[in-house]
Amino acid sequence: MEYFLSEQQKTIRSLARKIAEERILPVRAELDEKEEFPWAIIRDLAASDMFRVFIPEEYDGLGGGCLDLCLVVEELSRVCSSVAISYAAVDLGIIPLLEYGTEEQKRKYLPDVAAGKRLAAFAITEPMAGSDASAIRTTAERVKGGYLLNGTKQFITNGGEAELYTVIALTDKTRGARGASALLVEKDTPGFSFGKKERKLGIRASSTRELIFQNCFVPEENIIGREGMGFIVTMRLFDKSRPGIGAQAVGLAQGALEAATDYARERVQFGHPIFSLQAVQHMLADMVIQVEAARALVYATARTVDSGAKDVSGESAMAKVFASDMAMKVTTDAVQILGGAGYMRDYPVEKMMRDAKITQIYEGTNQILRNVIAIELRKRKGRRD
Amino acid sequence: MDIIVCLKQVPGTTQVKIDPQTNTLVRQGIKNITNPFDTYALEAAIRLKEQYGGKVTAISMGPPQADEMLREAISLGADEAILLSDRAFAGADTLATSYTLARAITKIEKYDLIICGRQTIDGDTGQVGPELAEMLSLPFVAYVSKIEEINNGQMRVQRMIEEGYEVIEAPLPAVISVVKEINVPRLPSLRGITRAKSAVIPAWGAKELDADQDRVGLAGSATRVIKIFFPQRGKRAEILQGSPQSQVASLVTKLRENGLI
Ligand SMILES: Cc1cc2nc3c(=O)[nH]c(=O)nc-3n(C[C@H](O)[C@H](O)[C@H](O)COP(=O)(O)OP(=O)(O)OC[C@H]3O[C@@H](n4cnc5c(N)ncnc54)[C@H](O)[C@@H]3O)c2cc1C
Ligand SMILES: Cc1cc2nc3c(=O)[nH]c(=O)nc-3n(C[C@H](O)[C@H](O)[C@H](O)COP(=O)(O)OP(=O)(O)OC[C@H]3O[C@@H](n4cnc5c(N)ncnc54)[C@H](O)[C@@H]3O)c2cc1C
Repeated sequence: MEYFLSEQQKTIRSLARKIAEERILPVRAELDEKEEFPWAIIRDLAASDMFRVFIPEEYDGLGGGCLDLCLVVEELSRVCSSVAISYAAVDLGIIPLLEYGTEEQKRKYLPDVAAGKRLAAFAITEPMAGSDASAIRTTAERVKGGYLLNGTKQFITNGGEAELYTVIALTDKTRGARGASALLVEKDTPGFSFGKKERKLGIRASSTRELIFQNCFVPEENIIGREGMGFIVTMRLFDKSRPGIGAQAVGLAQGALEAATDYARERVQFGHPIFSLQAVQHMLADMVIQVEAARALVYATARTVDSGAKDVSGESAMAKVFASDMAMKVTTDAVQILGGAGYMRDYPVEKMMRDAKITQIYEGTNQILRNVIAIELRKRKGRRD
Repeated sequence: MDIIVCLKQVPGTTQVKIDPQTNTLVRQGIKNITNPFDTYALEAAIRLKEQYGGKVTAISMGPPQADEMLREAISLGADEAILLSDRAFAGADTLATSYTLARAITKIEKYDLIICGRQTIDGDTGQVGPELAEMLSLPFVAYVSKIEEINNGQMRVQRMIEEGYEVIEAPLPAVISVVKEINVPRLPSLRGITRAKSAVIPAWGAKELDADQDRVGLAGSATRVIKIFFPQRGKRAEILQGSPQSQVASLVTKLRENGLI
């Protein structure tokens, strides 16, 4: 399929693929087994300038946009989704800074992120606030020169490993959602510690952890945007980041499709490779149709984001929902095509199936996102512009 | 610290075919790669530059398509690259190759260290490094597995020997050849690739090198290749199967049966 990628985008894609195949493939099963954060690979990604991709040139980046990020995430995810999400979560952590940060904040933090010296993370979820983000309880009390942060964030990707955290907390408890603000918190700030590291079904090499704030002082220059803008920052962030989850899903499904196709051509039953069975052919045909359709939607959405379009909530949500539901189905079918072997850890597809599930859950569950899509649909009366 | 790295483009396979008529390698249809040992040489050079500052220049004698390999070297971190290419260089043996490289290095003038791979995977002789040192009248250390320190115009390196390693100090400039144990080569970077695309890689021929026509290419080669062949594969080979234990047992039985042990 011709996606009219620029020369630069083709270079990015092929280098990401090279890294995935040469550095990640040999260790992915072990990383999954040991639930070990892939530091060596993160360093390879940094050395190859992959963290520069989504950062503007003024801050030592390469000035790429959402599509460029998606290309990297897809290629990494094709081989290992844990690595892909550890990478993508850095983008998640700094989009608020890119969108709403001051020149000073950007100068201070972005060059290090571009160089891969500091990873980033984004934290809104709490034990009592998942889909209902407005129920957050973490507070940022105004004190002289800054804020005192108190509360616990849960399920934070790159938690413990990242140096830079964008944290959503209430600066004004009386104003509900309008009282939330986004604060940049550096690792090793006194009063900031890490809780439990989660043990997961999939993306096991990625880190998912609790952040604990106990009278943690954050200087006032670390607020992103203005007080009260926390949820606006978050909405805008997810609009831009959700295509990345779509790309994660597409990459996963692509990996599963390739594994299933290879296996079907090799595996002989009843005297023929199982690929010759129409039942298997049709399953594979459906898989490739879905993968390509999802890819097309994700790329188109990423391009819409990159065009600077103002309201992309519906589009972003669609790309994420469609691609993640697709990935769940395609990876499950891949396991089916590999039969008993597919259920075993000797083959990569069981991991892909486990990894696929999360794409339907985080950055807004697919139920929540269908709500978003329906709201947009009603607003636009089903018309397209 | 200015470093010159010698890179050779080789066929990306160990199953090279030899043209029985001309006794030369059949290169058609085979993807070329950087000689694997030379990738360690390049990585060693880049790391030294990162540590001590300076410049890395990659040089290669080869046909015009070696340009592609030199661009890759730039994408990995070499600052400059020079291709030594001329019809007159064709058919060079190690002597003529070393002479040509030595001429280029002399022309580059400013260098503290020259790094080669331990050997190539096609020619396989491992002679170019030492010959180069001889021609340039420089010290040479082969099989370097670690560069410990560079200080005050001296280097201290470890070199692999069969029973372990030796630590050798030598004055700079010097020539070393490196083994794969020295490092894990990096992957290219996006900024490097961009730089490589627009890099200007000069091609120097015999004229630019002010080379003696009788010492380059076939004319300058002391080797005459009479015949190259792969040894006949024995037809009576037998592959033992089963668990390692049972394989060993049946191997011992067979060796006994044949009166070999
Ligand atoms: C591995 C992992 C990594 C994560 N990384 C991050 C991170 O980096 N940063 C961060 O802030 N968060 C992160 N999260 C949190 C994630 O975004 C939340 O888990 C997610 O938003 C769902 O919230 P919840 O788990 O509380 O589920 P709940 O909100 O309790 O939902 C439970 C179920 O109810 C459904 N449901 C709830 N409300 C509605 C509704 N109104 N309509 C229809 N259905 C509804 C949901 O769809 C779901 O099926 C991560 C989570 C995981 C598992
Ligand atoms: C028996 C025999 C027959 C041959 N016949 C022919 C022939 O007919 N025609 C022909 O064209 N070639 C022929 N060659 C190949 C040619 O002589 C050698 O490949 C060449 O001289 C380099 O030697 P080498 O490959 O053994 O390098 P080695 O000495 O093994 O290489 C050591 C290091 O020197 C450096 N180096 C070597 N070559 C180059 C180079 N060209 N540019 C930059 N750096 C380099 C690299 O760092 C390399 O790792 C033959 C080789 C042999 C052994």
